[in-house]
Amino acid sequence: MSERLKPDPVPRRDFLGIAGLGTLALAGVGALAGMVRLLKPYVYPEPMFKFRLGRSDEYPPGTVRLVPERSIYVISEPRGVAVISLVCTHLGCIVAPGDRGFDCPCHGSRFDHKGKVLRGPAPRALLWLEVTQAADGSLMVDANREVKPNTWYRG
Amino acid sequence: MGQPEQTTYWQNLKRLPWTLWESLVRHSRPDTDRARSQTVFSNLFLHLHPTRTHIRSLRFSATMALGVITVSLFAILVVTGVLLMFYYKPSVETAYNSVKDIHYVVPLGRIMRNVHRWAAHLMVVAVLLHMARVFYSGSYKRPREFNWLLGIGLLVTTLGLSFTGYLLPWDQLAFWAVTIGANIAGSARELTDAIGITQSMDPGGFTREVLLGSKGVGGEALIRFYALHVMVLPIMLTLLLGVHFWRIRKDGGLARPDADVTHAGKGAAPKGTPATKPDAAPTKTYGLMCVVRDKQPATNLDPADTVPSWPYLLRAEVLIFVATLVLCIVLGLLFDAPLTEAANPAIPENPAKAPWYFLGLQELVSYSAFMGGMVIPGVALLGLALIPYLDREKEPAGVYFSGSTGKRIAGYSLAFGVLLAVIAVAIPVKYGWLRNWMPDINQLWIILLNPGTLLTLAYMAWSLVVLRTTRSTRMAAIAIFTCFLAGFIVLTYVGSELRGPNWDFFWSKSSWPTH
Repeated sequence: MSERLKPDPVPRRDFLGIAGLGTLALAGVGALAGMVRLLKPYVYPEPMFKFRLGRSDEYPPGTVRLVPERSIYVISEPRGVAVISLVCTHLGCIVAPGDRGFDCPCHGSRFDHKGKVLRGPAPRALLWLEVTQAADGSLMVDANREVKPNTWYRG
Repeated sequence: MGQPEQTTYWQNLKRLPWTLWESLVRHSRPDTDRARSQTVFSNLFLHLHPTRTHIRSLRFSATMALGVITVSLFAILVVTGVLLMFYYKPSVETAYNSVKDIHYVVPLGRIMRNVHRWAAHLMVVAVLLHMARVFYSGSYKRPREFNWLLGIGLLVTTLGLSFTGYLLPWDQLAFWAVTIGANIAGSARELTDAIGITQSMDPGGFTREVLLGSKGVGGEALIRFYALHVMVLPIMLTLLLGVHFWRIRKDGGLARPDADVTHAGKGAAPKGTPATKPDAAPTKTYGLMCVVRDKQPATNLDPADTVPSWPYLLRAEVLIFVATLVLCIVLGLLFDAPLTEAANPAIPENPAKAPWYFLGLQELVSYSAFMGGMVIPGVALLGLALIPYLDREKEPAGVYFSGSTGKRIAGYSLAFGVLLAVIAVAIPVKYGWLRNWMPDINQLWIILLNPGTLLTLAYMAWSLVVLRTTRSTRMAAIAIFTCFLAGFIVLTYVGSELRGPNWDFFWSKSSWPTH
C-alpha cells in the first residue's frame, strides 16, 4: 500500500476552502481589532492637563488652598509645595474638604489632609500631582502625572 | 384599434384600489379561521406568531404577559425616542438646553419625554420579571436553552440602552451617574494597582477610554453614548428580539407540561430517528402549514386544545399593548422625568446615585469597585447563562417551581437570601469593615474579602447544599436564582432608600443632614 491511499487529515479538495475561510476569519479579527483601536484616541480632547498655578510667592509656606475649578488642593510647607488631586480614587467623584480631611460624596471614602485613605472603598490614596516651574517662575501642575506621596517641590 | 386597450387601462385604473389591496394581502377576507391562519402564516409581521395557539399559552398565569409588555414598551420607546431625536442636540453646550426645550417649549415634548423615561424604567422591570417568570416556570429547559441565552443578551442590551440614555440630558444626575459607571467599567485598574502592574498593563484604563473617548466624561462621551443609544443598541436589540421570537415558535411554542419537548424545528426530527410522517398527529401546531404540503392546510381541524392565533392571540396582544401605553401615558402625565441643574464636573451630587437598577451594584461597589462592579455582576451573568446547560433534568416545563418541593426551596432561599443580604449591609454599617479594623491592610484583601464577595460565596454555598440534599439540579438552580434575586432586591432597596450623603446609612430621607 502506498502512502497516497491514506486519507489526508485535510482532504485535498477542502484545502483551498479551509484556507480561504481561515484567511477571512483572520482578516475579520484584524478589522475588528482596528475598529476597537479606533475608539481609543491618541489625542485627548480635554483642555491642557498641564496648567499654571501662579507665582510661587503666592504660596508662602503654611498656605493651604483649594482650587475647585481644577479639582486640586495646594499645600505649601517649608519643605516645598505639593498639589493633591481631589478626584476620588474609587470612582472619580470630587472629594469635599471635611473636618478630618476629605469626604467623598459618592461612596463614603474618607481621606486625611495628605490624601491617605481613612475609610471606605477607595483603593488608594488621593493622587499627588507633579509640580514644576515654568521659565517665568510660575508653578506648573500636570494633572496627568502622578508623583509619590510626600514629594514636595522646592522652587 | 387602440380602443380596447384604452378601455382596459381605464378599467384597470378603476379597479386599482382592489388590485392594490389584493397585491398587498395574499388572501381573501380574513373572515374564516382558515383565511386568518393563512394571513398569519404568510404575512411577514404576523408570521412571528404560530397560526394556532395552545389555549394554555393564552392564560394570564402562563406568561403574565410580561414578554408582550416588554415588546410594547420597546415599541413605545422607539416611537417616542425618534420624536425626541428631532429636537435633541448631542453636544456639551446644547444638550442640556435642548432637553429643557423639549420639556418646556416643544409642543407635547414634555409628555413624550416623560413617557420615554417611564417606558424605559418599566422596560427594565418587565425584562427582569419576564426572566424570573421564565426561570420559575422552568421554560429555559431543553430545547429552549438558546432562547434563554438570547434573553440574557436582551437583558444586557436593555440595561445598556437605559444607561446610555441616562447621560443624554447632561444634567448633574446624568453626569455623575455616568462618571461612576464609566469608572466601574475601568475598575480593573483597582486590581492592577493593587498588584502594581498598572504601568505596564492597564486594561481598566483602556476600557474606560474606549467608552468615554477621553480621560473623563465630556463631549466625546456624550456623542459616543448618543450613538450607542440611538443606533447601535436599538439595532442590536431588534435583531436579538427577532431571533428570540422566532426561536419561541421554532422551539415548539411556550413551554407547557403536556407538550412533547424532544425536538424542535419545522418538520425536524431528532437526530438519528426517521422523520415523522406528515399524517402523524402533529404535536406542535406551528408545523401544520408546511407538514401538509399537498392538500389544503388543515387549519380547520383543531389539534386538541388550540385556537386560531387570529383572533385570540392577536387580540390579547393588542389589549396588552394598549394597557401598557395607557400606563406609560398616565405615569407620564402624573410624574415628570427628572432634570436637575446642568452638569458641573467640579461639584458632584451628594449623594451621587446611579439609575435605580444599578443601585444594588452601587451598594456592592461601595465595598470594592472591581469586585462589586465587574466580577460579581460578571459571575451572576455567567451563572444565569449556564443555568439551562447545568440543569438538564427532564421534567414538565411550564410548571411554576416544578412542584411543591421547588416552592419550598424557593421560600427558604428567599428567606436565606434576604437575611444574608441584610447582614451583609448591616455589619459594615454597624461595625465597619477591614480597613476600619486594620487601617494599613493591603488593598488586595479588601478586594477579595468584602461583604459583596462573601455574600456571593454564601449564595453559591447554599445552592450546593440544596444540590446535595435534594440531588436535583433544578432545585439548586431555584435556590441560587432566588438568592440572587433576593440579594438584588435588598441591595437595590438599601442603595436607593437608605443611603444618603457620603453614602452614609439613614433610616429615612428626612433624617439626611441639611446643608
